[in-house]
Amino acid sequence: MTYSAFRILKEALTGHKGWGPQWRDPVPQPDYDYVIVGGGGHGLATAYYLASKFDQGRIAVLEKRWIGGGNVGRNTTIIRSNYLLDGNEPFYEFSLKLWEGLERDLNYNAMVSQRGVLNLVHTDAQRDSARRRGNAMILNGSDAELLDADGVRAMYPFLNFEDARFPIKGGLLQRRGGTARHDAVAWGYARGADRRGVDIIQNCEVTGFRIKDGKVLGVETSRGYIAADKVGVAVAGSSSRVMETAGMRLPIESHVLQAFVSEGLKPTISGVITYGAGHFYCSQSDKGGLVFGGDIDMYNSYAQRGNLPAVEDVMESGISLIPALGRVRLLRSWGGIMDMSMDGSPFIDRTHIEGLYFNGGWCYGGFKATPASGYCFAHLLATDRRHETATAYRLDRFRRGCMIDEKGQGAQPNLH
Amino acid sequence: MIINHPILGPRDAQEFTYLGDANLIDRPDWRAENAIKAFHDYLHLRDNPAGEHRELWFHEQGDRSWLVVTRDTLTHEITSVELARDVARERGRGK
Repeated sequence: MTYSAFRILKEALTGHKGWGPQWRDPVPQPDYDYVIVGGGGHGLATAYYLASKFDQGRIAVLEKRWIGGGNVGRNTTIIRSNYLLDGNEPFYEFSLKLWEGLERDLNYNAMVSQRGVLNLVHTDAQRDSARRRGNAMILNGSDAELLDADGVRAMYPFLNFEDARFPIKGGLLQRRGGTARHDAVAWGYARGADRRGVDIIQNCEVTGFRIKDGKVLGVETSRGYIAADKVGVAVAGSSSRVMETAGMRLPIESHVLQAFVSEGLKPTISGVITYGAGHFYCSQSDKGGLVFGGDIDMYNSYAQRGNLPAVEDVMESGISLIPALGRVRLLRSWGGIMDMSMDGSPFIDRTHIEGLYFNGGWCYGGFKATPASGYCFAHLLATDRRHETATAYRLDRFRRGCMIDEKGQGAQPNLH
Repeated sequence: MIINHPILGPRDAQEFTYLGDANLIDRPDWRAENAIKAFHDYLHLRDNPAGEHRELWFHEQGDRSWLVVTRDTLTHEITSVELARDVARERGRGK
């Protein structure tokens, strides 16, 4: 069923009786050409692009619970491509371009809203660094604009400009950045994949791989064995647990990141604002709630909830940037499990096992990458070659000395 | 989280900074044949278990001792806290 204005009108006149489920609930087949492990944003996008842009083979997505229930349903919905390094920026710009055409491509309203992402700067050194990053973005075909303090003031007059310690000196603005409706991204990809014949199998946990002579034969699941020519794993925070069953140790630690939403307010914050002196980023949803977050909790965790010190730190950062937040009541908070890599950059790569592919290490920046991650992973699965924007995301890059460390923090995952 | 410091008693986890897996105590021998591989694995690869995890915490806002904390990564429950010094000596370090 294709969605359109005509369709809405027709359903409105006929009592909305014609809307069916958006995807099927198929019984797992004994074998597939491709099995994607993980029904999150990246896994569903991979299946969608495999089916629509690459191989027309038989594809299944296996999800241990319900699709879109992990990090794609838990993030702060920001999309942007404001990276510095050559290994990253072309990839994220490719992703932003896919976001721009996503809704037409999927025939689904993902509420992609290019409302602008503003990274504030508070010192001369930060301004230099922002200028350099902006130039790197422009060189890679993206957009960037350096604002002075008056430029920022014109957009957001309520920020704490005259703070004695961290005065706002300006900001790097990416106008094409913005937000998207996170759940609709998962659902849109699921529906798009399903319409192209992909089996989306929920409540089907992968418990191991069947491997013979260095080649993957299929996956063991809670619903029985499923054979596959190629298996792609995209399970974010569970990466180490899943790949351990294939005998791999990954350059990844799992950490918990909390996010928050306030009570609904009248339109206040038109775009996305990030604080340069603390770790805080904030936007306002179309329902009116302020959506914001900050640092991870800093310790390894598989619990999808965090502790109060991180909550306090985010609130302090928020109020020091936007003093008016002091009067706002917090509605909800939640946690998600981040696959923090050793250099803060992701992996889209083959493994030493033939037919087994890995996608992970997205740290807490995976949402914006969803379209390109799916596209590039599908490209790798279908052609066995890396997509031109994802050549650097190799698992052996630490051995080769080719880290992609945007922040220059070294092999300390909780600092990325 | 409250970390029960072996010397100072129960302390708020906020007083500490977190380093990571306690296997970081076992620094490889730089003279070994396979030192390059050993250091790659030591620096970059992690077990990252879901469940019991032994990890290094530094009491930065306190007595500046390093601790080995055994904590469940699924529940955040802490079951044992030792001085990293003692753990390292048990493993034959610092001789």
